Amino acid sequence: MMDNHFQSCIPIQKEWDIVAARQQGRDFSKQIGFGAVDQARIATAISELARNIYLYAQKGAICFEYIEDMEHKGIKIIASDEGPGISDISRVMEDGYTTSGGLGAGLPGIKRLMDHFDIYSEEGKGTEVTIQKWLR
Amino acid sequence: MVLEKYKNLLKYYLATKDEGALYRADQFSKRSLQQDISPDEIVQIHIDALQDLYPDLPEEMRLSLHFLLETMISYGIAHQEFRALREKQFELKSEIEVAANMQNTLLNTVIPDDGALDIGAISVAAHQMNGDYYHFINDQKNIGVAIADVIGKGIPAALCMSMIKYALDTFPANLSNPQTILQLLNRVVERNVEPGMFITMFYGYYNQEDHLFHYSSAGHEPGLFYHALSNTFEKIEAKGIVLGVQKDVTYQQYSKYLSIGDMVILFTDGVTECRRGDQFIQKEEIVDVIKEYIHLSAQEMVDQVYRYFERLQDFDLRDDFTLIILRRKY
Repeated sequence: MMDNHFQSCIPIQKEWDIVAARQQGRDFSKQIGFGAVDQARIATAISELARNIYLYAQKGAICFEYIEDMEHKGIKIIASDEGPGISDISRVMEDGYTTSGGLGAGLPGIKRLMDHFDIYSEEGKGTEVTIQKWLR
Repeated sequence: MVLEKYKNLLKYYLATKDEGALYRADQFSKRSLQQDISPDEIVQIHIDALQDLYPDLPEEMRLSLHFLLETMISYGIAHQEFRALREKQFELKSEIEVAANMQNTLLNTVIPDDGALDIGAISVAAHQMNGDYYHFINDQKNIGVAIADVIGKGIPAALCMSMIKYALDTFPANLSNPQTILQLLNRVVERNVEPGMFITMFYGYYNQEDHLFHYSSAGHEPGLFYHALSNTFEKIEAKGIVLGVQKDVTYQQYSKYLSIGDMVILFTDGVTECRRGDQFIQKEEIVDVIKEYIHLSAQEMVDQVYRYFERLQDFDLRDDFTLIILRRKY
């Protein structure tokens, strides 16, 4: 069996870094065995998270981790930054909050693309979003 | 399985170019929607089916289909969001329905039918909840009538109306003086309503013994008197500032003697601001419509007038509509 136990990070500063993060995520998910639709969904979720860092925090990183439990294997992605943080998380998790402005999938969209979604944010300190997807 | 089904349909279509196959494709997409299959997944099904049917698909074709899949991912997210929002909207709608029923119970009033007046009243909300309000008081000797309109409509207006109702309920039973009632209500509204929200109100009471109709207005849409003898209509002139703007206001009180057959016609601006296309209707039109149904009972009149204006506005009210007609019977 191929060694899947990757763990790596891509720093996000320039817009081009978003593409690098997408590529990394796609390669890893392909390695794990995700199909084309799931690969594309994972890449899109990474894209959204990286874009948020690039647009609102300027500096941060996307980290990838191979995960497994008794039944499945999967991918875990952590997007962290030291940006301004989010003061009202419930608000940004509402449907239609960002999409109506044409800003993309928004956090609720990312949540739907994945199996697990978690967010920590503190104003003035930064934001950390963790997402996971299991291979079925 | 969905893929098998799609593949067979596709194969059949490619072989026959038959409209029947396209019809079945249409049915297929409807079933897929019901099963919550998103657009990007359909593209994937298409790719898989095509690769099964044509294992030697040119590389460019294969890649371009994958490219299409990638561009559909965001549509898939939008599709799911749409579903979630629609569910949420259903929830909200049923919640508002419950509130509207509650409001109807709260604001319920009995139209007096045992005295010298023949009374008709109708009030229809433009949205689910009504920002108009009317109320009758019947103490054997006098019949009191209140009509009010919150500027604005929908839920905020409806909440505001409940306040008026409860304020009125707390006033002593023997208080029937329109001037005083408006003055007291103004104080309540001024204290409890945010600036920028106004309520217009007309309050009148009819003395069944001397047949005088006493009334005051807080900036309310002027109603009409109908003189049976001359078969003419006259605007009810009454000055007064809307409720809630100034702290201490004294309202003027007016009186009018009603002969047998005379009518008092009260309404909200949902009636006068009915539109035909982009044009407001003229006040004469209201008079004309009322004239047309003048032979009917007061309740039949208001119902018919409402039906007329409902049709005029293509069955889509822009504002809450309230119309009250009082006619002296004897």
